[in-house]
Amino acid sequence: MENNNNEHWSRTRKLMFTTLGIWFVFSYVVHWFGNALNNIYFLGFPLGFYMAAQGSLFIFVVLIFWMVNRQNKIDEEFGVHEMHETESNKEN
Amino acid sequence: MFKGNFIDNIAKVYGLYTGGFLLFIALMAILEQAGVSAEAIGIMFVAFTIAIYAIIGFLSRTMEVDAYYVAGRQVPALYNGMATAADWMSGASFVAMAGGIYFGGYGYLAFVVGWTGGYVLVASLLAPYLRKFGCYTVPDFVGVRYGGNITRFCAVVVLVFASFTYVTAQINATGTIASRALQIPFEVGVWFGLLGILLCSMLGGMRAVTWTQVAQYIVLIIAYVVPVVWMSNKQGFGIIPHFGYGDAVMRVAELEVMHQVGILNPTESVAGLKSLTTLHAFAGDDWLSKWKFVTLVLCMMLGTASLPHILMRYFTTPSVREARQSVAWSLLFIFLLYFTAPALATLTKLQVLDPSLPTGLIGKAIADVQMLDWVQKWSNVGFLKVIDSNGDGLLQINEFFMRGDIVVLATPEIAGLPYVISGLVAAGGMAAAMSTADGLLLAIANALSHDLYYKIIDPQADTKKRLIVARVLLIAIGAFSAFIASLKLTSILGAVAWAFNFANSGLFFPLVLGVWWKRANKQGAIAGIAGGFLSGVLYLMYVRFWGGEPILGLDHLRFGIVGMTASLILMVTVSLATEEPDEETQRMVDEIRIPRGKTVLGQ
Repeated sequence: MENNNNEHWSRTRKLMFTTLGIWFVFSYVVHWFGNALNNIYFLGFPLGFYMAAQGSLFIFVVLIFWMVNRQNKIDEEFGVHEMHETESNKEN
Repeated sequence: MFKGNFIDNIAKVYGLYTGGFLLFIALMAILEQAGVSAEAIGIMFVAFTIAIYAIIGFLSRTMEVDAYYVAGRQVPALYNGMATAADWMSGASFVAMAGGIYFGGYGYLAFVVGWTGGYVLVASLLAPYLRKFGCYTVPDFVGVRYGGNITRFCAVVVLVFASFTYVTAQINATGTIASRALQIPFEVGVWFGLLGILLCSMLGGMRAVTWTQVAQYIVLIIAYVVPVVWMSNKQGFGIIPHFGYGDAVMRVAELEVMHQVGILNPTESVAGLKSLTTLHAFAGDDWLSKWKFVTLVLCMMLGTASLPHILMRYFTTPSVREARQSVAWSLLFIFLLYFTAPALATLTKLQVLDPSLPTGLIGKAIADVQMLDWVQKWSNVGFLKVIDSNGDGLLQINEFFMRGDIVVLATPEIAGLPYVISGLVAAGGMAAAMSTADGLLLAIANALSHDLYYKIIDPQADTKKRLIVARVLLIAIGAFSAFIASLKLTSILGAVAWAFNFANSGLFFPLVLGVWWKRANKQGAIAGIAGGFLSGVLYLMYVRFWGGEPILGLDHLRFGIVGMTASLILMVTVSLATEEPDEETQRMVDEIRIPRGKTVLGQ
């Protein structure tokens, strides 16, 4: 039980670091180079402007849905997910 | 038609509500055609929507502690996402953000990035773990995880500071909108706004606020997106402007060269109004402007993950799994408005700048511009001013002054849309400001009633007494913030960004390390909360009121960088210098890290 929980937490932590790594790139790295990216065009936009106005936002939304999904899988794999969740999810 | 309880029928209820609201808009459009005055339509929009919220608030009344503090923990993930989005998007997001982008260009987009990306932190670092903890308020977590009334009290102080800074701005916004739509003085509008806010929250606490916030989200998103899409269609920018306004960005850049934006600076100044001096898409090529962009993003993101009125929304879901899922829905619903704002700002700017469009102003004869209906109307209320500084009879870029709020509020008129759309926008702005004010007032009142009164002052108080104290505090705090707002001290209290910096200075690391670092202990938490918060506040005083030069470009919008750094260093060193937390606390931390099982507090 103890080992199982430790392993679960180390996988959870790894997922957290991966998520925050992607988050860091699209929160800071991309915008640090905003001026350089503005010389590239994407869908008719200067890319630097596009990333700050839409691109990063879109990636954040997808990133959270992805991360939530992965975490649910990890919880189920280690058998620490909640019981009765079919019941509590039925309103969705 | 409705079998079973409210939760079972929730999709039907809000589906009907949305349909009813659309019908109401259609009815108003018909009344407008039939010759009903613009003022009457404005009044009906605001009055009708507030009446609906008040009814929801009344139907959700409760005398149960669980329902009052955490909506009975039965709000499905999707609906909690909508409620969080309404809780999150304030009068400032709704009315001021597009205007901020209009004037600030690329630099202002740091707010757009910061106020969305913070949810990645909420989802991965905090929300599911706080849900498993089972607390009623954010200071509740701090108080139990670290132990002791001092930690709890420190967290309450930071919460009150951050939320109060924020809520006066919201009540101010409800007052402004109510006074304009209902044609009453601002000071009366403020108290009217407060009455609406209290009707939603007082009887049913979190339960009532949740269900009104879902209703408010539906109104505000319709009110924000419909005018933009309509305007875009009317002016040929495509059915959905969001993906196709790249050409408009490029055209604005050409026009900026032509009109000498940033070269022709204003020679006169008008209080409260600005002329355009910043390039729209230029990201800045020097070290300082990049640094200022990323530090602002950082402060807003970490502030998002520390603001109690947002975190407490995730205490209301039925399970840990749904709390996590709910963060994803929240950001999706927030994204819908946030990626519309830059499109709105760009399209409005293009219309003002482009002389080849019928709406273009810059470069036209001043006499012609002053004849325009919407220019006259907004000049009369002091939102706009045209001055012929160089006396050549033509309007240059540095002779056109306006307030940022116009970009959202006047869009329907600039684009020549029917008045019903202006009424809709007023209702949307009201919904945005009311829902945020509700969440904030409740966060403050709950912290004071649960953490200060029940946990510290009178632990023997029975349920009835606790809930009465909670309501009295809610009214008292609401009245106090309405009083402050009616003094129009907005230049001092209106900075929404300060709320984020107060919150991240005092709460970010104590909350995150409470989950992710078992070694964090009580002494460390006290040092982290009090030390971080005080360093942040002192630095704010230094740059803002004592005339100090910002160090490394860290101005009053970014003082959280100083506070958070101090908080992290203090918390880690003091924790390591004192004994590690006892066995029981360590087991508690293990317990919140797995979803299965009862909540730690069991409440």
